[in-house]
Amino acid sequence: MKRLFLATTVVSLGVTAVFALWVTPPRADQGFDAVRLLYLHAPTAWIAYLAFGVTALASLLWLFPRTRSATWDLLAGASAEVGVVFTGLTLVLGSLWGRPTWGTWWEWDARLTTTAILFFLYLGYLALRRTGTTADERGKRSAIAALIAFADVPVSYLSVTWWQTLHQQGTVFNERLSVKIDGSMAFTLVAAVVSFTLLYGYLVLERFELAQLEEGREARELERAIAERVRAEHVEVAPV
Amino acid sequence: MLGRFPALAGADLEVESGEVVLLSGPNGAGKTTLLRLCAGLLALRAGEAEVLGVNLAVEPRRVRRAVALVGHETFCYDDLTVAENVRFVARSTGHRAADADDALERVGLQRVANIAHGRLSQGQRRRLSLANALVRNPRLLLLDEPHAGLDEHGRAVLEEIVRSAPAEDRTVMLASHELELARRLATREVRIVAGQVHAVPPPAPAGAAVVAGFEPRA
Amino acid sequence: MSFLRDALLVAGKDLRIERRSRVALQQIIPFGGVVVMLFAFALDSDRTLLHQAAPGLFWAAVLLAVLLAVGRSFAIEEANRARDGLRLSGLDGGSIFLGKAAAVAVELFLLEVIVGAAVVVLYDVSVRGAVVLLCAAVAATVGLAATGTVYGVLAGGLRARETLLPLLVLPAVTPVMLGATRSFQAALDGTPGDAWPWVQLLTAFAVLAVAAGTVAFGPLLEEA
Repeated sequence: MKRLFLATTVVSLGVTAVFALWVTPPRADQGFDAVRLLYLHAPTAWIAYLAFGVTALASLLWLFPRTRSATWDLLAGASAEVGVVFTGLTLVLGSLWGRPTWGTWWEWDARLTTTAILFFLYLGYLALRRTGTTADERGKRSAIAALIAFADVPVSYLSVTWWQTLHQQGTVFNERLSVKIDGSMAFTLVAAVVSFTLLYGYLVLERFELAQLEEGREARELERAIAERVRAEHVEVAPV
Repeated sequence: MLGRFPALAGADLEVESGEVVLLSGPNGAGKTTLLRLCAGLLALRAGEAEVLGVNLAVEPRRVRRAVALVGHETFCYDDLTVAENVRFVARSTGHRAADADDALERVGLQRVANIAHGRLSQGQRRRLSLANALVRNPRLLLLDEPHAGLDEHGRAVLEEIVRSAPAEDRTVMLASHELELARRLATREVRIVAGQVHAVPPPAPAGAAVVAGFEPRA
Repeated sequence: MSFLRDALLVAGKDLRIERRSRVALQQIIPFGGVVVMLFAFALDSDRTLLHQAAPGLFWAAVLLAVLLAVGRSFAIEEANRARDGLRLSGLDGGSIFLGKAAAVAVELFLLEVIVGAAVVVLYDVSVRGAVVLLCAAVAATVGLAATGTVYGVLAGGLRARETLLPLLVLPAVTPVMLGATRSFQAALDGTPGDAWPWVQLLTAFAVLAVAAGTVAFGPLLEEA
């Protein structure tokens, strides 16, 4: 089942790559071949938002007593890990595209700035998860941190947009891409989004299963330790 | 407390109102965990615990209001004076600041009332813990190694507090390695080994102070 | 109302500890001063540049001081397991949050006044639009203290909490940094009208942070 999932992901990524690299036309107004980066950039950005949305939802389910289960905590962590990687990719790819197109690696554009803030917010979230307390403690703290981070994003976006509009040095985001979009380009973008979503699902599944195995190992060690202790000390006093 | 290991597994214990129960057992057996649990500081992973007729899992805050824990640490602020610390406990638990002065007098700390907590000796800290417990006028008094660091006079103070507990409508659970001293005070001894309680519990009457059969979250 | 009385009790306790230990007065505020000096060195003591960047540099210094103030606020709860004492008191988590955040806010106000005076003198800033400055400072400080306090308890008791706290707090308070800097800039430029949207943003942030902290603090104080 998982193998089929992986195969589908790889095939769809391959199709996307073929279209992105050879079928779609280069664009003179966007640095010729640099435009092909957008087939990576747009889907990675979408995955980042999707991943953090899943993390927030899973955290909410963990906090709600009736649906509380270790599964949600592990899913939240797995999704955030993939999300941070894709946020980082989004920033790097955007930067690579921006250099030939805008002539600069970085613009203090609203979307760029908010994405960078997002990256650091969830980096902090992942660091919090790795501080090694009990599973319940980690679940509680990280779930609350995830919700605060998720709520902080719209406020950050708002402030950064205001910052741009009031502060006249901002560069207007180049939106010419959407004006005239080639048929093959549109198809490639859709294919890229679909295949990257599959990739996201596969990566989260892998990370989730690994986390489960780690937790399972800890639980087994725990049970063994208790059994040993009871055996070692039980001879001393007979229970009544 | 004890890392990731459940300190109590399958502990069953009932304590009657007005009893002075001694918890004995080897290091790391779960005595401290049991006391912290009864104080409402730990959440239950499985089982049930009822303290003073209040379900611990449902209303931990009500339990906390009615019990007092004398632990290894004083729960105090180093930069505040002895009196300020006790007054903070009094006011944060809904008692009067004047109660704090009475408690300090009872444990014999009135002379150091204006000294910062950080400068107290081990024995003085232990007495301060007792004062902090008394000021709350608890129905259930939990003492974790209360003899440690106490001098002759301190031990006499401790004995007086425990002995007068039934008259003050107070139940006491105490964990101690000073078995000779503790046995003189206790009405009953319970041995805890590897998180399990070993003793013959008396038949449980209605109105038991503590009814527990639990496994706390580690 | 007992909720507010309890909050005042906790705030009074924290401020009394600060008055005794003088960590805020003798360490955190001087730290803010040093940061203001460092910025001047970084910009090669170019007066016009410093003058222009003064609001941003001022708030960057305040932001760094927030980390110290929050770290201190929870360090006093770690010693002697005082945190357990707070939990045993049966005080409502929300009132403990309000008390601790209020104490941090008071310390920050004091710091802002002193560091602000240093900025006026060292960066050659003439103060204008006092009303806007005051409103923005109050809203920003409440937001910073509340956010810092939430993350303070979130990281409390964990290993590496000293290094974790900045990573958690600083990205979360970027809206405050922007809002406070822009509204100060507008006020000092003599266009206070431009500042009000930012003051609104700061106020909204503060309200959200206080609400989130009041709800989340209790569960975070507990051991799961």
